[in-house]
Amino acid sequence: MKYVLLFVETEQFERDLEAMDQAERDRAYQRVMDWMATHAGQIRGGNKLQSPETATTVRLDRGEPVITDGPFVEGKEVVSGYTEIEVADLDEALRMVRTWPGCPVVEIRPLVEIV
Amino acid sequence: MTDPSHDQLARVVREHAGQLAVALMRVTGDFAAAEDLVQDAVLAALQHWPADGIPERPDAWLFTVARRRALDGLRRAGNYRAKLAELQWPVQPAGDERLRLIFTCCHPALSRPAQVALTLRVVCGLTTAQIARAFLVHETTIAQRITRAKRKITDAGIPYRVPGDDELAGRLTEVLTVIYLLFNEGYLATGPPPEHDLAEDAQWLASLLHRLMPAEPEVAGLLALIRLHRAREKARFDPGGGLVLLQDQDRSRWDREAIADAIRLLTRAARRQRPGPYQLQAAIVACHAEAGSFGDTDWEQIVLLYDMLLYLAPSPVTRLHRAVAVRYATGPSAAMAELDDLADVLAEYHLYHATRAELLRELGHPDAARTADRRALELTANPAEQAVLQQRLAWT
Repeated sequence: MKYVLLFVETEQFERDLEAMDQAERDRAYQRVMDWMATHAGQIRGGNKLQSPETATTVRLDRGEPVITDGPFVEGKEVVSGYTEIEVADLDEALRMVRTWPGCPVVEIRPLVEIV
Repeated sequence: MTDPSHDQLARVVREHAGQLAVALMRVTGDFAAAEDLVQDAVLAALQHWPADGIPERPDAWLFTVARRRALDGLRRAGNYRAKLAELQWPVQPAGDERLRLIFTCCHPALSRPAQVALTLRVVCGLTTAQIARAFLVHETTIAQRITRAKRKITDAGIPYRVPGDDELAGRLTEVLTVIYLLFNEGYLATGPPPEHDLAEDAQWLASLLHRLMPAEPEVAGLLALIRLHRAREKARFDPGGGLVLLQDQDRSRWDREAIADAIRLLTRAARRQRPGPYQLQAAIVACHAEAGSFGDTDWEQIVLLYDMLLYLAPSPVTRLHRAVAVRYATGPSAAMAELDDLADVLAEYHLYHATRAELLRELGHPDAARTADRRALELTANPAEQAVLQQRLAWT
């Protein structure tokens, strides 16, 4: 089955990252790279997103398209990246996510399989 | 043929519903479809058996109904149809696969209420209406909960299997929580005897799980805990249905044989040297159950067991229970000191105030005690507990 892992950052996580010195931050990134390498067999692609301030939202349900600055939900938790994976079932996805060394929240969302 | 009683029906259905689900799962490979067919067959049984009697082979009867329904109803699903048409009774069981069923129903990706409803329906063979009545919620709520849960199992790829060794401990905790919750729901229920005794279902589930996982001491611990409580059930209510406190219970009405059995089960589990919260809770209840009278209770031992329990599973409610044991082991002042630490975190918990009232009364502060009892009364919705508190307020 295919799932998308949505990586979610919190304000606390952002603060912790800022408080790190360069060497610590490098190690943190390295842990994420290692995780990606370990699960290269299951990963089908994905990207890190620019920060939510760079987001532009377009609403099409109000007559004319309405363009606003910022993400569609303003919140303390923001999606900061995604990875598509292909695994046997939810348990395998859960096993992968349990060892994720990056941001503190991960949403696992199954993809609609187009047959 | 005599008409089967409600209990008999429930027992027979429970014994076979899970097995039927397993057999249908094996054929269809589709949890939602198998679950629907089981429910259909159970409903048919509840419709026919009260008048016709329970058939000699209830499993074959249920299976035949489910198979017929499947062939009638799943015309579009050609793949099940072909497989089902080939299938003959009896299905060769490959061991008891109900364990897979239980772990799927109690998957942590499902909400707790969904886990509970699904387990009752698929593993115990309860109907949606029975579950709704047992939990005093509307039938459509339960129906929606089950539909949503089944959709999630399919769409999110929740597997149908027993988790591997690396995840088993966490997943087993999830299953035990569901069974314990069911037990509490049934055991604490008051008022007229419910049509369906959830405590009975909980005990049956725990026995099944123990049979399927005999080497798991916490499963045995939970089963012993449930048995120890139920062995004393008859003494818990007076003839008018009022709650009788432990110190006032007529201990001659306790089932000594059942207590001894449960303690033997617990002792065997303890030999595996893997203590856990359920074994410890059962050990605490065993201390009460073994005491010939309230005065004979080994409170020092109980305090010690609470210390171990708090070490493994810290919780303010457990600390409150420990304080009650401290009251009898050491004295009311020591217990009061423990309670003071819990004032904030248990401010909304009725038993905190009820316990405080008892201590205040013992320490010679009747007015403060009444205030605490009144607060407890405000916070509980349980009629039996309300009655006890009202009586206390009237007499002291």
